[in-house]
Amino acid sequence: MSVNIIINNMEVNVPRDTTILDAAKKIGIKIPTLCYLADLQNPGSCRMCIVEVEGAKALQPSCVTKVSEGMNIRTNTKKVRDARKIILELLLSDHPWECNTCDRNQSCELQKLADEYGINEVRFQSVRERMPLDESTPGIIRDPNKCILCRRCVSVCQDVQGVDTLAPRARGFDTIIAPGQGDMLSEAVCVQCGQCAAVCPVGAISEKDDIDKVWEAIDDPNKFVVVQTAPAIRAALGECFDLKPGALIKGKMTTALRRLGFDKVFDTNFTADLTIIEEGTELLTRLKKALVDKDKNVALPMFTSCSPGWVNYMESFYPELIPNVSTCKSPQQMFGAVAKTYYASKVDKKKEDIIVVSIMPCTAKKFECNRDEMNDSGVKDVDYVLTTRELGKFIKQAGIDFINLPDEEMDAPLGTSTGAADIFANTGGVMEAALRTAYEIVTGKELPFKGLHIAPIEGLKGVKEASLKIEGTTKEWRFLEGVTLDVAVAHGLGNAKKLIESIKSGEKSYHFIEIMACPGGCIGGGGQPRMTTDAIRQARINAIYKEDEGRKFRKSHDNPAIKEIYEEFLIKPLGEKSHHLLHTTYTNKKEPSPKK
Amino acid sequence: MTVKEIVKEHGNKRENLLQILHDIQNQNPDNYICEKAICELSKEMNIPVSGIKGTASFYTMFSFTPRGKYIIRVCESPPCHILGAQTIFEAIELKLGIEVGETTDDGLFTLEGTSCLGVCGVAPAMMINEEVYGNLDKEKISKILSLIQNKERK
Repeated sequence: MSVNIIINNMEVNVPRDTTILDAAKKIGIKIPTLCYLADLQNPGSCRMCIVEVEGAKALQPSCVTKVSEGMNIRTNTKKVRDARKIILELLLSDHPWECNTCDRNQSCELQKLADEYGINEVRFQSVRERMPLDESTPGIIRDPNKCILCRRCVSVCQDVQGVDTLAPRARGFDTIIAPGQGDMLSEAVCVQCGQCAAVCPVGAISEKDDIDKVWEAIDDPNKFVVVQTAPAIRAALGECFDLKPGALIKGKMTTALRRLGFDKVFDTNFTADLTIIEEGTELLTRLKKALVDKDKNVALPMFTSCSPGWVNYMESFYPELIPNVSTCKSPQQMFGAVAKTYYASKVDKKKEDIIVVSIMPCTAKKFECNRDEMNDSGVKDVDYVLTTRELGKFIKQAGIDFINLPDEEMDAPLGTSTGAADIFANTGGVMEAALRTAYEIVTGKELPFKGLHIAPIEGLKGVKEASLKIEGTTKEWRFLEGVTLDVAVAHGLGNAKKLIESIKSGEKSYHFIEIMACPGGCIGGGGQPRMTTDAIRQARINAIYKEDEGRKFRKSHDNPAIKEIYEEFLIKPLGEKSHHLLHTTYTNKKEPSPKK
Repeated sequence: MTVKEIVKEHGNKRENLLQILHDIQNQNPDNYICEKAICELSKEMNIPVSGIKGTASFYTMFSFTPRGKYIIRVCESPPCHILGAQTIFEAIELKLGIEVGETTDDGLFTLEGTSCLGVCGVAPAMMINEEVYGNLDKEKISKILSLIQNKERK
């Protein structure tokens, strides 16, 4: 059923359940919003989206008001404009006027609306007291003074991630958004995924800015500074320079990093390939123990461990799964450990003189590199982590004309990688990359899927599953002949929870499970350019698959630099060196002691 | 009663949360809901700590800090305000030597403001624990508080 309505004298026919906001969008009329978050929440509380509806007593919030037959709507009358101005003035009256020094300067939704509505005076006096900054965690910084109480962060933290850290506290004018336990994030269970920072319209939640520390390292002539870039960056960084989501800018990014002064430009993809060799071998070893040795203690299903947000979540909510999670470090941490040992000796540098900087789509990576376990090279394996957004700022600070840069290649050997590593960026990718290699190890044949893509585990469905019958095994792996490998993939911690619960209840059973903390995987990470919608996630995913398909090598075990590191240094997967440098342990954090 | 027992008595459905919070607070000798109880309650009811705190902090009757045996709640609604609620606050502050949000050293009284008590006909008004007092003035306040003090000192 559809209805005919009139918006600003234009007739439009829309389905009956459409909101006025969506109907207006359809005919190119923009209605300003603040608390509204596409696909997730429309509480109608900020009132910015109010419109005039003929016959209605008061102005109506268009994000919640549904259209009805014959509705006559006006979105920009004087009454509407004046009301929106007052709303903005009221919001600004309690908002610190620190735009020039704010992380969100020129990318703030409130600032933008104040500009659009020509707010040149705020007639109301602020009566709010200053609250302290929350800098208690390595990844996230909260400034409650800047919060406009839109509750987008609450929605992602509760409804999408199911972590339930952030919630409104108190009422009315005294309301604040705060962590459940204590006043600081470090006192609460926060997995540092940064999805809150990714949706904040203002400067109330951001990543901790580490750009100056990286400048300092680059400026120090005694330091040899190498940079690694996660696979998800190459499909998103362009958005910081107004390119379309999914623009592939690996070549320009490489050039920019070199011009920023990094001594070597490397790729987290290299250690993503390394992860596949280690994790794939770990999976096969677990399967062998379970199927051949009938070892009852072997933990299956095995879970991936690349996503530090997921690892934090698991340690806090499902510590009983610790034996099931792959002991492999994430590619970022493997890189740090390898760069300061294997690579250091190759270029005859002391590990103390090498600085490893990561560019990550992720705020939890800032947390991860500070974990106590991550010093296996003898010093801190990864020194600094910048998010995609920070790299965008960094490049601008250096005066680099990103859009017009030529393309350059990454450095060998830690910049050499395959298409299997590219797809680590998106949900389903780690699983696909692992199976491309594992299947070939046990059968000697290529993964039997069109274009090496396992279609059932691709895309944005929350929980995905696939079964793969193993046939034609080589002699060594004969015990897997005829075995059907059941795998599952979940992205977004709320979906991970559903998947885990379905296993715990006995409803489902799998051998191998990939979990990424953020919706869409790393391409939708908490450190990616704002705002990420499903359409943007899909555009970035498509770009990543395109990158993968254009590669000479698309399977991790084909990476010549990976072959080399095993020949020269690691000797064999899960060997002694691997065990020391590439694998880690986890901690049960479920029962944090209460404050009092 | 333990938190577990209180939850069992009411049932662990979310709609029972407010009554459970009241019981937890009432049986605490310091008249408040402590962090430990919230953590236990979170487990018993399968509601995140942030959710319990969000709900409890919405209501002025709940406190997260220890309070006195007698909680004085002075109505701050417009009718009471117009009829002199501010002088009531001042009279109590003078008599007990505490300000809003504070507790007397002997642990007897905590002074709080509250939204409308629904007794506007006898404004200005206050509640001391469950007892409502109306048509207040300085002298009346002094008398009421002295009575309680004398009773407790015996």
